[in-house]
Amino acid sequence: MDEHQTAAPRPPGGESPAKIMTVSFLVALACSLVVSAAAIWLEPRQQAHLEAERAARMAAMLDTLPGMADVLAESGADSLNTYLVDLSTGQFIDDVPPDTYDMTAAANDPETAVAIPANLDIAGLRQRAPLAPVHILESDGDVALVILPVSGTGYQSRIEALLALEADLTTIAALTITAQAETAGLGARIEDADWQALWPGRQVADASGQIVIEVVRGQASGPYEVDGISGATRTGNGITNMLHYWLGEDGFGPFLSRLRDEGL
Amino acid sequence: MAKALSQFTRQLVAQNPVTHQILGVCSALAVTTSLDTALMMSAALTAVICLSSAIISFLRHHIPQAIRLIVQITIIASLVIVIDELMRAFAFELSRALSVYVGLIVTNCLVLGRAEAFAMRNPVAPSLLDALGNGIGYSLILIIVGSIRELLGHGTLLGITILPIVADGGWFQPLSFMQLAPAAFFIIGLMVWSIRSLDLSEAEIAEYDLQGERSQG
Repeated sequence: MDEHQTAAPRPPGGESPAKIMTVSFLVALACSLVVSAAAIWLEPRQQAHLEAERAARMAAMLDTLPGMADVLAESGADSLNTYLVDLSTGQFIDDVPPDTYDMTAAANDPETAVAIPANLDIAGLRQRAPLAPVHILESDGDVALVILPVSGTGYQSRIEALLALEADLTTIAALTITAQAETAGLGARIEDADWQALWPGRQVADASGQIVIEVVRGQASGPYEVDGISGATRTGNGITNMLHYWLGEDGFGPFLSRLRDEGL
Repeated sequence: MAKALSQFTRQLVAQNPVTHQILGVCSALAVTTSLDTALMMSAALTAVICLSSAIISFLRHHIPQAIRLIVQITIIASLVIVIDELMRAFAFELSRALSVYVGLIVTNCLVLGRAEAFAMRNPVAPSLLDALGNGIGYSLILIIVGSIRELLGHGTLLGITILPIVADGGWFQPLSFMQLAPAAFFIIGLMVWSIRSLDLSEAEIAEYDLQGERSQG
């Protein structure tokens, strides 16, 4: 077949183990250097794209939220405000600009990160940022909608999402997945609009205030359940755990109860 | 040089990796729903196969026989990761559309096949030419299939309207079947069939003669 065949392949076993080790070491070293260099050099650009995509999804989510257009039309476009919340006290923090606060960086920086107690760490995060930016849509000084950034661990990746709660702080207005790298075609379907459309109208907590929202296997029954994706049980569990953590006492729990009792 | 050039041109039609060797069909089905993804995949695969063949050919006297496949796969996988990273940095939207298929170039038999069958035994220049021929041969099929599927499925090419569709007030009723994977199977199958009908040297000798079997039995 190949006219260029000049030398027949050498028989196996002709090389000394030392040569085999040296060649494999050198090849592995060279390849890892090339791959690492590419990853480090290109990361800022990739992050910029991901940030832009996240912002676009946030905008798209706001467009689809019920009543959003009405409230904005009534009270002007500035009624969507971003606040920084101290997660442990639930109070607003005024001395840090909320728009530039980077939760991921703060959670990774040993200076600022807060360790999550193991018994509370159902979302598998290990540590979190001390503060979190929340977006609140206000109508006549009252809360119309609260948008909370949440994150957790799925089957094979970190999932990030925005959870929008209606004025009662219990009814889900929308859940938008902003970042994930789950199995393509299975867990990654949490990004599908069809699946995210199952969320509006669901209740995160029952009458006693207990967080009960759950992604179930198969068909959902009742307002506290959402259909799971077949073949992606662990991704669904990841979403459940993520919501339970962030709505719980170590997440936005103190903030939500303060908002419920005192208002803005 | 003439020999090298004929090796190059042979890959385009007569020895085409997809229609003759039936290699790389998986990705040819998956990424040809539109022309832009087909072009991007073609560029990625051609880059990987050329670089890997050149590097493996350059190192061929130093790669121990016992671990040659591992070394080849390591080199190919590293190149694929770099190409994938580059695409995510510079062609973000397309890399989203291609999802896992860029990563799957690693397992594309075409790349490893050329490394093992040609680059391990030949100098750098002919290996590079052979890889380029295979890459362009693969690209040719992807571009043809991608064009047919996008044109008949959406009435567009690279997003530009060619056949105005009924929904927008035109006359063309898009064939949504063209957007499904079986359509690519049919198109590639028809291409294989027409190439083999036109070029009789491609026809395979029947392995069993049913008539003969029966008379013996």
